[in-house]
Amino acid sequence: MKLESTVEVQFSEQELQTIENLKTRYLKPDSVILEVLYLLQEKYGYITREGMKYAADLLGITEEHVLGVVTFYSMFNTQPVGKYHLQVCTNVSCMLKGAYSLLKKIESELNIKKGETTPDGLFTISEVECLGSCGTAPVIQINEDYYEDLNEEKVTQIIKELKNR
Amino acid sequence: MDIKILLKDIPDYHKIEVYRQHGGYETIRKALQKSPDEIIDEVKKSGLRGRGGACFPTGLKWSFMPKDKNIPKFLCINGDESEPGSFKDRQIFEFNPHQLIEGILITAYAIGAQTCYIYIRGEYVKWIRLMQKALDDAYAAGFIGEKMKETFGTEFFTNIYIHRGAGAYICGEESALMNSIEGKRGYPRVKPPFPAQYGLWGYPTTINNVETIANVPAIIENGAEWFANIGEPKHPGTLLFGVSGHVNKPGVYELPTGTLLTDIIYKYAGGVPGNKKIKCIIPGGTSMPPIRGDQIEGLKMDAESLKQVGSAIGTGGIIVMDEDTDLVKVLARITKFYWHESCGQCTPCREGTGWMLKILNRILEGKGTSKDLDLLIDVANNIEGHTICALGDAAAWPVKFMIERFRDEFEAKVNRAIKIDIPNKVHSMRRTQIPLKEIQINRD
Ligand SMILES: Cc1cc2nc3c(=O)[nH]c(=O)nc-3n(C[C@H](O)[C@H](O)[C@H](O)COP(=O)(O)O)c2cc1C
Ligand code: SF4
Ligand code: FES
Repeated sequence: MKLESTVEVQFSEQELQTIENLKTRYLKPDSVILEVLYLLQEKYGYITREGMKYAADLLGITEEHVLGVVTFYSMFNTQPVGKYHLQVCTNVSCMLKGAYSLLKKIESELNIKKGETTPDGLFTISEVECLGSCGTAPVIQINEDYYEDLNEEKVTQIIKELKNR
Repeated sequence: MDIKILLKDIPDYHKIEVYRQHGGYETIRKALQKSPDEIIDEVKKSGLRGRGGACFPTGLKWSFMPKDKNIPKFLCINGDESEPGSFKDRQIFEFNPHQLIEGILITAYAIGAQTCYIYIRGEYVKWIRLMQKALDDAYAAGFIGEKMKETFGTEFFTNIYIHRGAGAYICGEESALMNSIEGKRGYPRVKPPFPAQYGLWGYPTTINNVETIANVPAIIENGAEWFANIGEPKHPGTLLFGVSGHVNKPGVYELPTGTLLTDIIYKYAGGVPGNKKIKCIIPGGTSMPPIRGDQIEGLKMDAESLKQVGSAIGTGGIIVMDEDTDLVKVLARITKFYWHESCGQCTPCREGTGWMLKILNRILEGKGTSKDLDLLIDVANNIEGHTICALGDAAAWPVKFMIERFRDEFEAKVNRAIKIDIPNKVHSMRRTQIPLKEIQINRD
């Protein structure tokens, strides 16, 4: 899982073409930076220094600019995360529906705290802000997908299923 | 009045064929026969006001765009939807994407925008995909892009692209949103200049919320007067009320403006579980001043009525808290959010949110004093109105008004005598553990 610093960062021809096509939508190429970063994260699991340098070269901007953007947005990981990233919303609507006990339950199920990854690299737990799903609280986002209307049993079941997948 | 403009009870309305069967993409055809100014006038007359939180008159905003045809102009649709308690725009992405697209086309024509971006928060992977599918279908049918010329027989055409965010509440602020599209950190810009003069890449730009623009086809189709007669005259139309927290049937309800808050909670959202009393309500997303549960009788949900009770309609995201809710915890959580999301450009916002959070956490730990409450209000007052963008106010209001309106509850939290739980064993000399300044004695 962990990316060695010797691993070379390189997009495929097709990926480069996708980025080129996206650039045509904007007056300036810098606008595709978030898409480049998303692609890096998808390919390599998280965004490394090498990745940032690659993005900077690709867009003709400075590494500092890229670093500034990466650190501004919460969805970019600069550290490896588990195969399943459990993002638990604890904002008000979810909190009123028991998000904090859900978070505790998940922590005890997986035997790690929020911000940590299980030793087998399967799970990472994060506490996140409102996911825009307050009507079906409490909610967690696992990688890209939302799991809504949760309770402790449901979440235990979901973790069990992910472990056996 | 059971009127639905945005979330109609028509099965499969999100599919382009069904949307077209019900007259979809015919309104843009009609709109293109009128002049841009006629469209702007119609929207002005309709009384449509922005649904992104500030209730700004939409037609008036469009009229600020310069008429010059020889410069690039842009339209940004704000689907960042990150205000806690708000989950309405996603309903449009999922259940009525084509009406949004048609609204974008009409708006782009009215303001002369050749390029439109729909900015959607990155976490909404599913809704980004649903929206992309709808755009692909509309492109294929010739309703967007160069093919519009052929389809509608006019010179005008526009492109629509999705720009996805990557997790930052502040990018919902319109100038931060533009910086984000430009590939920069999402820092709000100092205003003036306003976006209509100096927007994306320095060119005239209009930013509107998703729900605002989804209303436009209905206004052009049925006329300004029709729309102006729905709900409250000063804030007409329907609103997508997102109800969450302690209610039996949370969800998004489309209702005319001016609907009673008690009706929304008890008639539509099924009342409070266990028939408990309501302690507190946030009427329009966490940025809006909270109101007391014992003061909601007869309160109408529209911009003017909420202003009268010292709050605001915001995004229409209603959070209901029952009598057992610990408001100190709620306020600390809200403050944590603004502290986390502050972009850090302005000192009062960056530092103030941190101070407020620290004080609130101290109170939660049982170490707060009455003075802390005044200090909180003081810090909030020093943020409010002293920052580049409205996030500062959004952080200050909940603190100020929650404490003002629920002073009793906060006082109870800070006046509890300090618990002295030193084990009663005299086996050795113990170091004193409680700092003197924390020992408070009630003198009355
Ligand atoms: C911190 C902050 C966050 C905001 N987030 C959003 C948002 O997620 N969606 C939105 O439509 N407007 C948001 N707004 C309001 C926008 O700045 C802008 O007023 C709105 O998009 C204009 O659209 P409207 O006139 O159609 O309401 C936010 C404002 C602030 C200060
Ligand atoms: S008020 Fe806060 S969020 Fe807005 S620009 Fe200033 S520091 Fe950034
Ligand atoms: S508060 Fe959790 S999704 Fe909005």
